[in-house]
Amino acid sequence: MTQTHEPGVHHAVDQVTVTMTVNGAVRKLDVDSRSTLVEVLRDQLLLVGTKVGCDQGACGACTVLVDGRRVLSCLTLAAQCAGKDVTTIEGLACADGSLHPVQAAFVAQDAFQCGYCTPGQIMSAVALIGEGRAGSDDEIREFMSGNLCRCGAYPNIVAAIRQAADQQVREAE
Amino acid sequence: MQYVRAEDTAAAVDLVASNPSAAYLAGGTTEVDLILKDAVAAPEVLVDVTRLPLRGMREEFDSLVVGALTTMEDLAAHPAIVARAPLVREALLAGASTQLRNMATIGGNLLQRTRCRYFRDPMVGACNKRAPGSGCAAYVGEARMHAILGASEHCIALHASDLCVPLVSLDAQVRLQGPHGSRTVPLRDFYLLPGNTPDKETVLEHGELITHVVIPLLPAGARSGYLKVRDRASYEFALVSAAAAVLLEAGRMSQARVALGGVGTMPWWAPEAEAVLVGSRADEPTFRAAADAAVAEPFAVPGTAFKVELVKRTLVRLLQELTEV
Repeated sequence: MTQTHEPGVHHAVDQVTVTMTVNGAVRKLDVDSRSTLVEVLRDQLLLVGTKVGCDQGACGACTVLVDGRRVLSCLTLAAQCAGKDVTTIEGLACADGSLHPVQAAFVAQDAFQCGYCTPGQIMSAVALIGEGRAGSDDEIREFMSGNLCRCGAYPNIVAAIRQAADQQVREAE
Repeated sequence: MQYVRAEDTAAAVDLVASNPSAAYLAGGTTEVDLILKDAVAAPEVLVDVTRLPLRGMREEFDSLVVGALTTMEDLAAHPAIVARAPLVREALLAGASTQLRNMATIGGNLLQRTRCRYFRDPMVGACNKRAPGSGCAAYVGEARMHAILGASEHCIALHASDLCVPLVSLDAQVRLQGPHGSRTVPLRDFYLLPGNTPDKETVLEHGELITHVVIPLLPAGARSGYLKVRDRASYEFALVSAAAAVLLEAGRMSQARVALGGVGTMPWWAPEAEAVLVGSRADEPTFRAAADAAVAEPFAVPGTAFKVELVKRTLVRLLQELTEV
């Protein structure tokens, strides 16, 4: 059975029409009820910056922002995102292409090797700084612990977050 | 799998109660995991309750009434929890990762399913929790992240919540709405020992929805904390943990709350430990006696035997930290 009315989904359906904002653009999508947000971002919206690592909520590679909060897109049903504001790695850079300070810091500090965990690391770091949790390297490590890096780029990831957080503090002054 | 987004609580309860193959969906960190990733659960209908008016927290007398959809992050940040239940904040922030804590709800945390690797692998035939009567693969197999309290040869599955450990020490109350009306159940009575029906984990009737959790706040001057021991420094389940709160008056504990984690088939309130502590001097022999009382009759298998001593030392260490001048 297919229903297309919005915003409520009043009857049990296996296809859902979901309207969500993705990187500032309103998108209206027909999704299978079982689709996760990461599947929809990658396969329907072709925003392949968000990666699937473990696909079970353990590695953080799929981290995106939903309504400004960092969440795991592999464990989020797309159907639950109606009316939500989603930001992916593709949504961080400015319109003129200049990098977000966290992205620039990751480059400056050589904070990646293979790059696979990197979009998730950056999205998580952006949120971490906004949460006010970049007070010390220990705090950064603790609150970035949901993002794994098999290449072991952790020391440089911490340095990049430190650089971006310090820059944000300086710019606020 | 069909999806429906509930618009009001009564309608959501009706939907699930009337269909034995329907289940609630909140943050998704249990349901999406179990259904889509592990294929352990297969409800025909998922009822999304995230738009119901069950967020928000308010202080009522000496308790915090927490809407069941409140996220772990939001609860940890509430000023009443920060000031008057630090053990709850510590347990919340010791659990999962920030991403998961932004998704996971308090109601869902109470109902999280065990991490037992045999339970979560549908290729394993012997799991009394999934298939009553089929046996317990963990009991005869590789056990480590399993329970030593409330366990038996039928099931040694651990309840892995950090949050529930301080909640049960504080005597939190769970408000439910179901097909036959509303009721409140103490968290201490919410879970069932596996016995020989480990598939029945709580007192919930099918269709009953957790609407609020009521958290009693500690009296002024209480010292409390949560100590979690695990294989790595962060983002890992507990091997063992302890939650405690004490009120010290002239070197003696006039009040005590104790619960243990990482060791129980349910969050393990330890009244035996509390009884040793109340009225006693705050010293190491007392703490050790309390720990011995709390873990008097463990049910260990070779892989979990280390937890017996480890959880006692963890409780002793926590009490020492809380009471040192």
